[in-house]
Amino acid sequence: MDNLLSIVTFLPLLGAIILALFLRGDDEAAQRNAKWVAMWATTATFLFSIFILTGFDPDDTGFQFVEERDWLLGLQYKMGVDGISVLFVMLTTFTMPLVIAASWNVTHRVKDYMIAFLVLETLMIGVFCALDLVLFYLFFEAGLIPMFLIIGIWGGANRVYASFKFFLYTFLGSVLMLVAMVAMFNDAGTTDIPTLLEHNFGTQTFSLLGIQIIGGMQTLLWLAFFASFAVKMPMWPVHTWLPDAHVQAPTAGSVVLAAILLKMGGYGFLRFSLPMFPVASDLMAPLVLWLSAIAIVYTSLVAMVQEDMKKLIAYSSVAHMGFVTMGIFAANQQGVDGAIFQMLSHGFISGALFLCVGVIYDRMHTREIDAYGGLIARMPAYALIFMLFTMANVGLPGTSGFIGEFLTLVGVFQVNTWVAAVATTGVILSAAYALWLYRRVVMGDLIKESLKTITDMTRRERAIFAPLVIMTLLLGVYPALVTDIISPSVANLVSDVETAQAAFEATTMVAEN
Amino acid sequence: METIILFAPLVGALICGFGWRILGETAACWVATSLLFLAAFLSWIVFLGFDGETQRIVILRWIESGTLTTDWAIRLDRLTAIMLIVINTVSALVHLYSFGYMAHDDHFREGESYRPRFFAYLSFFTFAMLMLVTSDNLVQMFFGWEGVGVASYLLIGFYFRKESAGAAAMKAFIVNRVGDFGFALGIFALFYLTDSVNFDVIFASGAELAETQVRFLWTEWNAVELVAALLFIGAMGKSAQLILHTWLPDAMEGPTPVSALIHAATMVTAGVFLVCRMSPIMEYADAAMTFVTILGATTAFFAATVGLVQNDIKRVIAYSTCSQLGYMFVAAGVGVYSVAMFHLFTHAFFKAMLFLGAGSVIHGMHHEQDMRNYGGLRKKMPYTFWAMMIGTLAITGVGIPLTYYGFAGFLSKDAVIESAFVGSQYAFWMLVVAALFTSFYSWRLMFLTFYGTPRGDKHTHEHAHESPMIMLLPLGVLALGAVFSGMIWYGSFFGKTNEVGTFFGVPYEVAEHHDEEHSDDAHSDDHGEAKEEKAHYNLVGAPGEGAIYTAPDNNVLNEAHEVPKWVKVSPFIAMVLGFLTAYQFYIRRPDLPRRFAETNWPLYNFLLNKWYFDELYNAIFVQPAKWLGGFLWKKGDGATIDGGINGLAMGIVPFLTRLAGRAQSGYMFHYVFSMVVGLVILITWMTMFGGAN
Repeated sequence: MDNLLSIVTFLPLLGAIILALFLRGDDEAAQRNAKWVAMWATTATFLFSIFILTGFDPDDTGFQFVEERDWLLGLQYKMGVDGISVLFVMLTTFTMPLVIAASWNVTHRVKDYMIAFLVLETLMIGVFCALDLVLFYLFFEAGLIPMFLIIGIWGGANRVYASFKFFLYTFLGSVLMLVAMVAMFNDAGTTDIPTLLEHNFGTQTFSLLGIQIIGGMQTLLWLAFFASFAVKMPMWPVHTWLPDAHVQAPTAGSVVLAAILLKMGGYGFLRFSLPMFPVASDLMAPLVLWLSAIAIVYTSLVAMVQEDMKKLIAYSSVAHMGFVTMGIFAANQQGVDGAIFQMLSHGFISGALFLCVGVIYDRMHTREIDAYGGLIARMPAYALIFMLFTMANVGLPGTSGFIGEFLTLVGVFQVNTWVAAVATTGVILSAAYALWLYRRVVMGDLIKESLKTITDMTRRERAIFAPLVIMTLLLGVYPALVTDIISPSVANLVSDVETAQAAFEATTMVAEN
Repeated sequence: METIILFAPLVGALICGFGWRILGETAACWVATSLLFLAAFLSWIVFLGFDGETQRIVILRWIESGTLTTDWAIRLDRLTAIMLIVINTVSALVHLYSFGYMAHDDHFREGESYRPRFFAYLSFFTFAMLMLVTSDNLVQMFFGWEGVGVASYLLIGFYFRKESAGAAAMKAFIVNRVGDFGFALGIFALFYLTDSVNFDVIFASGAELAETQVRFLWTEWNAVELVAALLFIGAMGKSAQLILHTWLPDAMEGPTPVSALIHAATMVTAGVFLVCRMSPIMEYADAAMTFVTILGATTAFFAATVGLVQNDIKRVIAYSTCSQLGYMFVAAGVGVYSVAMFHLFTHAFFKAMLFLGAGSVIHGMHHEQDMRNYGGLRKKMPYTFWAMMIGTLAITGVGIPLTYYGFAGFLSKDAVIESAFVGSQYAFWMLVVAALFTSFYSWRLMFLTFYGTPRGDKHTHEHAHESPMIMLLPLGVLALGAVFSGMIWYGSFFGKTNEVGTFFGVPYEVAEHHDEEHSDDAHSDDHGEAKEEKAHYNLVGAPGEGAIYTAPDNNVLNEAHEVPKWVKVSPFIAMVLGFLTAYQFYIRRPDLPRRFAETNWPLYNFLLNKWYFDELYNAIFVQPAKWLGGFLWKKGDGATIDGGINGLAMGIVPFLTRLAGRAQSGYMFHYVFSMVVGLVILITWMTMFGGAN
């Protein structure tokens, strides 16, 4: 299959088109059909994506499954995956059937809802496969449209404010990234990502408006991309859109947001910032490391005082993304391996945690922590699963959460012990907020009248969690499943970055002498 | 065989935890228990048949990233073998005991199946603990380290309806994580310095690290001191040493079998095990080891003082545990790791027994734990009484002075104190005073519980009963350990250096040439005929050779055998004094304690409130953290970040809206619009200038 990536990317879109064109009416039968079409489309996508994994050669550090053809207006349509991106494609295709299954109780505008998620899946996979700047930009920015709709139509009471905030944050970043892309094209004469990865962007210091720009053009480009990716991560202090967006989004929306959309920022850093602007990355690393360390401590503290479950988990997500950015800009093997691992693992864990909230939200229609307590008595299976993911969230060894945190911290320690020490306090703080949440929701005596009839997880809910449980434990015990695939590409990336940084240092030494 | 020992408890936990609906409750619990007995049986075979040669068994690859490689693997040496029998023996007995103790529980409703959950947790704990002690690298050890933390969390919070149990469970986990913070940084530092997390590599690099300076935080450190200190912070958390001890007394919220297994015999000794395991590093870190000694001694003293006045029977034993752990750290701190392990070994038996005995009392007294409501139970619970008596004789260190005949605690505690005398005068005196206190609070416990007249609820006393055979049997087995384990293994742990060397698989050589250089030791071979008997040996193993490492200049083990007679007798005297005081206070003049407490109320309250550590920590850590969290949320995220950005945005957005042609459809439109505009610009630019380069 020469065009496997395109098939995987556009299969969900096909499902969406089928829904849009052929599904009429809004009665129960139509709703059921819409759900099943979406289910089949996402499942088929996942099954096809398995061929990507089986056909992928980890030892080849270049792009694989490359497709290239002419497109509109002389643009190139180019897709491909390497060790860094392939698992993000898998994460997306793996998560989406679960997301659809978790949406089985939606009753409002079911067809539109499913279309939105299917379109979203196509765009997300596209981001991870695109090998052309324009194509990447298109997928990257367009992906937000269905997310807006999901929050705006199926969201909570305060959804307008949330989408407004979401918009504001992303907007500035997008504009800057666009400008940077134009500049890159100007400099390199191409929008082809593999070519750009080989291109050396200027590092000559120049003066702009009286300010010395050390690292020259690279620094400016780096900053422009940083503006966009930092918001997407999100990094402190541009993270405040995330808790609001999560709170307002429906459960499935939160799962997609946490599990996949947040990873685009990290992927962007790995695909663009670090390899294309290695010198600037080196210059700016202290900034990123410190922002990450602050994020971990700051958002963990804030998470501790939250009264809304989703907000708490959202803040915890920001803290976990702090480990990712930290690992990436430690720019060594352990740091980058750990960052990718952390992103994948966080996809399972945070997705599962939002699903955990969804389970009881579906029953009680509130996310207030105080409205719960003592659920273990009536919901033992739920208590067990929530416990598992709480522990995974605090990075317990044996779960996937540990590997990512551990590797990123190992990576950062080699670069900056202060940042490593501050970030390691995250292991204490995360235990505090996560167990505090668990204690208030699950432990204690069940005395609230409203909870006395609450029922344990249904078969469908258990089936949704089962794959997430398996992945979390499997990757925790045998992380080689992931590291075997990513390590060669990461090693390649890290050595390229180091070479470029060493070359820059050599030239500055010469210049100084 | 080692693999079976390791995984039998895990299999038991899984079958019991998930299979009980199919198997039935009791059968599931028996599966877990029999697997534990199997593991214990095999452990004894391994222990007794172990030849001192370190073995390594790889099970599966684990984390691999660049130069960092770890496997799931078993490292079997003497330290591991000792821990295997301690863990599996006590765990198997506690499993058995739990059939009786957990048979009925008022914390659960009729028809609630809590027993399989309990047994599954116990077995899971055992598995995690075994992973910790069999690890051949620091990361797997950390897995076990955190795994036992989780098991401890689950078991402390087992009575989930009790608010206090939930709070105690959380506290235990979080305080332990403070220790783990140090442990984790220690691992990072070691990897940074040696490029490995595997013991073999780390052990070989101790000498090199001692010569290395490393930048950490604000200053340069000696690498080996830094690593040792960081790892010890982890040990402090797990082993409830001063500063990080606050979780252990609260952990008594868990069911009593849990206290016996986790919070007395095994998990809390993990810190001691860590220090002994890392002896090839620790030996080079003089400053860090001095700190270990002083902190251990202070903890031994502190916890003993608090134990003097507690009224909850389990809390007395908990503080006693804390104190005894201090003893072990002193032994390790002065460099006699074998003695630290010796006390760990004997303590596991007699402390588990004291806890299980206390559990038997609590069980018979319908979950009454306040000793003020006990009294005169000797007749009602004769077997429990004798078990507790043996435990008390063991912990207080009863034996025949200047011989090798006595209860387990007599031999191991005296060994610690003699070693301490050589290493640190401060530690020596602290430990002797602590021995006095230990004797006092142990006898106080005995007298209040079993002697005198029944106090408290009459009804409860009338229904007080001896525990069933299934609970008494484990007590009997542990009693054997409490009586004989010291005498049997004295030579192996604290005998002649050559015996110790053989036991731990460390090469040794006769130290004559050593004596010629240092004439202060010359009296050992003044008579030719006594030479054979009195010959001195030194351990000469390279780091990593055998289970423990002692530096060439570490002669504490030999010197500890040569301490003056008064030093050897001092713990015995302290023990007798403690006994007499307790006898005076609680048998002859039962009114004395109250009067004493009233006249010395500031001291009494200070001790009763555990030196106000909880209040202090609440004031300086918990409350500020909550306040800071709230402040950062409202003022940081809310006012500053959102306020700032929204303020900025309020200026930009209307402007953009006008540009966009007064669009009515909201932000969605702006977004799509800006994106399309952007694309158009990009594409236009490319088509116009594309050919330029």
